[in-house]
Amino acid sequence: MCKRLLISIAGVLVALVPAAAFQPPGGQSEFVPVSSLPPAEQLPAAPLLIAAYAFVWVAVLVFVWSVWRRLTKVEADMRALQQRVGRSEGGAPR
Amino acid sequence: MRKYFVPLTIVVAAMFAYAPVMIANADYEVTMGLVQKIFYFHVPSWFAMFTAVFICGGASALFLFKRDPRFDRVAASAGEIAVLFGLIGLVTGPLWGRKAWGVWWQWDARLTMALLVELIFIGYLLVRNYGGPGSDKLAAAMAIFGTANVPFVYVSVNIWRTIHPKTTVVPTLKAGMFGAFWFSVAAFMLLLVLLMTLRLGLERQRALLDELYLAEDDHV
Repeated sequence: MCKRLLISIAGVLVALVPAAAFQPPGGQSEFVPVSSLPPAEQLPAAPLLIAAYAFVWVAVLVFVWSVWRRLTKVEADMRALQQRVGRSEGGAPR
Repeated sequence: MRKYFVPLTIVVAAMFAYAPVMIANADYEVTMGLVQKIFYFHVPSWFAMFTAVFICGGASALFLFKRDPRFDRVAASAGEIAVLFGLIGLVTGPLWGRKAWGVWWQWDARLTMALLVELIFIGYLLVRNYGGPGSDKLAAAMAIFGTANVPFVYVSVNIWRTIHPKTTVVPTLKAGMFGAFWFSVAAFMLLLVLLMTLRLGLERQRALLDELYLAEDDHV
């Protein structure tokens, strides 16, 4: 009798486990804050795209400015040298 | 070349101003979406970088064999521009990777080798600027060594397992992406020509100044 009862309980439990497993999920009880979402969904693409395009412009402009600055210095040196040569030639004995 | 400088500047500025319109109208990539549009100036910047590297390497080899300082001036200009375009590629790539892969940087074969080539050319500039007398020949040898790395950077994605897109991406571009991509490539290549002209002008002026100093020394 007791053995039969145990087998019946075990049978009911075995039948209940899959039934419990296939229960539909309950309704959403709370909203999940956006900070807990995966990183791929947190990152908007537009700022990255704009940053990349802006960097191209900034890098090229800085390079052009750097060349211009060096060119200005070389030209100033050339002018100074020409003045020095002109002075020494003007003051040289004939 | 000087008389073409102003028209070329206008054309390049116009192309770079219009490029975002073409890129915005290009098709979206199915998995990456908007961030994939970085591709339209990331890849052309590497095209320009590799072209500048080949100019630098070729001119350095000619300088070593012929000892003509004009080749050295071309190499010095191209080396600096290679570093500029390499920097653009190395900054725009991680901005793309952060969204596409979830990380800024990955030590895989393509990224590591690209960084290595950039570092070799930064080293090239440092040797040129601070190496003292005779450093032009040492720098030329470095440039040839750096140039030899470029084919390996290009094929690295096909040889090793990497997360970087493969070399088949560009040849298989669909019509909706093809026009914007090759327009950007043309804009970057013209920018390379423009910057080379500008930078070579500086090298020519420096050579002239050196000649003037030497003439002054002889005069004294």
